[in-house]
Amino acid sequence: MNESLKCQVLVVGAGPGGYVAGIRAAQLGLKTIVVESDKAGGTCLIRGCIPSKAIIHAADRFDSLRKHSTEEGHMGLSVSGEPEVNMSALVSWKDSIVERLNKGVEGLLKAAGADLIKGWAKFDGPKSCNVRTSDAEIRIEAENVILATGSSHIDLPFMPCDEEFILSSTGALDLDKLPKSIAIVGGGYIGLEIGCALAKLGTDVTIIEGMGSILEIMDKEIRRPLELWLKKHGVAVHTDSLARGAEMKGKGASRKVELYFERDGEDHKVKVDKILVTVGRKPNTKGWGLENMGLRMDSSGRFIRIDRKCRTSIPGVYAIGDVSGEPMLAHKASAEGEMVAEIIAGHKREFDNVAIPAIVFTEPEIVSVGLTPNEAKERGEEVIVGKFPLAANGRALSLEAEKTGGFIRVTARESDHVILGIQAVGSHIAELHGEFVLALEMGSLLEDIAGTIHAHPTMSEAFHEGVLKTLGHAIHIS
Amino acid sequence: MGNFVFKLPDIGEGVVEGEVVQWHVSLGDKVAEDDSIVDVMTDKATVTIPSPVAGVVSSLSGDVGDMIAVGSTLLEIDVEGSGAKSESEKETTESEKAEPGSKAEEILEPEPIPEPEPIPEPKSSIDREPVNEPEKQDLEVPSKVQSPSSRSVLASPAVRKRAREAEVDLGSVRGSGPAGRVRHADLDAFIAAGGAISGAAPTSYHEKRTEVTPVKVVGLRRKISEQMTISKSRIPHFSYFEEVDITELESLRKILNATKDDNQPKLTYLPFIMLALSKIMPDHPECNALFDDDNGVVNRHSAVNLGIATQTDRGLYVPVVKHVESMDIWKAASEMQRVSGSARSGSASLDELTGSTFTITSLGREGGLGATPIINHPEVSILGIHKAREMPVVVDGQILVRRIMNLSSAFDHRVVDGADGASLIQHLKRMLENPALIFM
Repeated sequence: MNESLKCQVLVVGAGPGGYVAGIRAAQLGLKTIVVESDKAGGTCLIRGCIPSKAIIHAADRFDSLRKHSTEEGHMGLSVSGEPEVNMSALVSWKDSIVERLNKGVEGLLKAAGADLIKGWAKFDGPKSCNVRTSDAEIRIEAENVILATGSSHIDLPFMPCDEEFILSSTGALDLDKLPKSIAIVGGGYIGLEIGCALAKLGTDVTIIEGMGSILEIMDKEIRRPLELWLKKHGVAVHTDSLARGAEMKGKGASRKVELYFERDGEDHKVKVDKILVTVGRKPNTKGWGLENMGLRMDSSGRFIRIDRKCRTSIPGVYAIGDVSGEPMLAHKASAEGEMVAEIIAGHKREFDNVAIPAIVFTEPEIVSVGLTPNEAKERGEEVIVGKFPLAANGRALSLEAEKTGGFIRVTARESDHVILGIQAVGSHIAELHGEFVLALEMGSLLEDIAGTIHAHPTMSEAFHEGVLKTLGHAIHIS
Repeated sequence: MGNFVFKLPDIGEGVVEGEVVQWHVSLGDKVAEDDSIVDVMTDKATVTIPSPVAGVVSSLSGDVGDMIAVGSTLLEIDVEGSGAKSESEKETTESEKAEPGSKAEEILEPEPIPEPEPIPEPKSSIDREPVNEPEKQDLEVPSKVQSPSSRSVLASPAVRKRAREAEVDLGSVRGSGPAGRVRHADLDAFIAAGGAISGAAPTSYHEKRTEVTPVKVVGLRRKISEQMTISKSRIPHFSYFEEVDITELESLRKILNATKDDNQPKLTYLPFIMLALSKIMPDHPECNALFDDDNGVVNRHSAVNLGIATQTDRGLYVPVVKHVESMDIWKAASEMQRVSGSARSGSASLDELTGSTFTITSLGREGGLGATPIINHPEVSILGIHKAREMPVVVDGQILVRRIMNLSSAFDHRVVDGADGASLIQHLKRMLENPALIFM
């Protein structure tokens, strides 16, 4: 069966960029088609942010249970017997969450009036494509196209993922059995998040990082509590180390994989149950006819080039999310998707955000919004910086959130006290970031935050205190 | 699909590079054969280069303002059908090489430059800046870096949204909030005042203006800039002024205009001056010359090819009337009108814009007593003519009202001595004051 469709907005990809664009475009009364070959939700929802957060939460629970199941217990609470991990049950629980969200997204698209077509789009011109579905070939001609094709895992050519012994993040979130040991190649946020979770579940974790330190995107001070946690929990971290290859060892149930890596010119190896490769992600620019659209790529040649309205070099063709540039973050894609739908509907919009927050869900969690003190100085700003430790926050103590050595750091311009950036590290700190971004978007001064009552007892008081500290008069720290 | 690589053709006259002035196509555009692709400005002229093939543009080289060397790739076009690549590539290379002179005209078909790029189908989107403008694009990256820069306007998202909808540039609104933050009230006040007064509480109606508008010097402007720099830095100019009594010339001009045939052009002073110059140049060969100063040779020309400096919407052009010595007054007048007309309309050919041996610039439609015109390198002389006006003049002890025109001239003192320059102007003065001499 072949049919031919016309629409005002064609969205390619139903990830956090595409589905938001689709819902918003349909809300605005535009005839909208969203094409997705997998389940709606994208990497984020199906095999990224959400699944990993579910497993991280479960791992955290397990870690607590273990403390309570020791002989002396913990907080006066003890559990008899060893807690156990049933990995396949844990993965099904995670899958149930993914399933709910996936159905939720599909329901939202439908309710808004957007058509979701399951199939693979292949463009033969800037605004026309054929979509191969399970039983048909559908021709779509669109007035506007929103490319939201996302990104995917980067393989190491000398040890490609088989998802059995050598895993990508997708495989690592779908394990049927908890590995006794794992080597993670790439100490970026994806590898570290999964590494922390597996370490909490009891896996021996080794991290192989090519750079001089893990999580290079964050500054040293912010990284420190995470590095300490990894050390304390027996995670071996090899920096300045390059993976050189992997080889299968043993047979049957005892089959393992040996990872070879090079450090300071010396060869090392580690024998593990699994290897996880998290060396980065690449924009999905192949296999869907990009080459037939004639779009201009950016200066790196990796991403589709866009302007502040997410317009590509061809009028009426937009690109959002991971395929159009860094930072590759779901919330950036969603913001762009919403914006582009409104631009197509005739609204005056532009990507003018002050900050795109970045969060790493390791133990402890790490948040960065706006500039770090060094970045601000590099831009020629005279800054004042204040830091407030969670150890001086009552609520953090009651949550044991201070144990990971966390703090909130505020950077402001010295001359007018405009807040330029906020970084925070600590258990449970991620949920505080909303106030940080809001402060930046609103153009807040230190005095704005200082003059806002923060409820006691909450961890958000630590932000208030961090600001007071920057002003030179914190209350709960001398 | 074959890939056709289009290189900047050799457009003759020793042109070695061209500046991209405007693209008429974007990546992915379908082009038909002979569709305009790009405007390229060379030393001599701006030419619109048409597409030699039909296909889809698959790559563009060079942004507006970039210099592209002759022979380097300008763009690539995906051509339908296989084998198109080698064939068409070969074809152009050959035709480029064939006869640069005659071929040039075919390829070059000059057109007015600033045909604003058609804003493509903005049915639904508000396209104010086309995406393929590189300057705009440069903003893209910093905007996404997570930071309030010191330059950015401090305002909440709601205020920013309102400003965008009202098409107000927040940078021009004075914020009354702390650290200059723009509040809703500031925006209200700005809009209520029609955008005239910035800020909620203006303290003075004589605001200091601090805005600086950068204008990129590209295209013709850059050419003019380079040419003027060469002229003024290499040539030691000496200037010479004179006033000419053109009362007689004026009566002759009036008679000729009153009695001319309908198909003859109306005469201004310029054709008379052109003709007079052509008549006297054999006596002043040092002034009708091109100085090849790199090789230390002055080429004195017997032909009198007069460049006529012409102000156009796009800037200064100097179209050339060639062999004025072979013309009568009517021919000189019509040729002058024709070439300056094509310069104004942008349709002047390379040939019409090159080859002058002496330049005349009319400085005085609005008035002005004198000027120091800059020589059109590698020429050695330039004549500026000013607006004629009635003046009281003493003639034989009596004050008479006479029609007076001022002349400003400049000469390359390296090869034209003061006396020689003065001699040319005095000779010209004699001719113009006794116009019968022009026709003898």
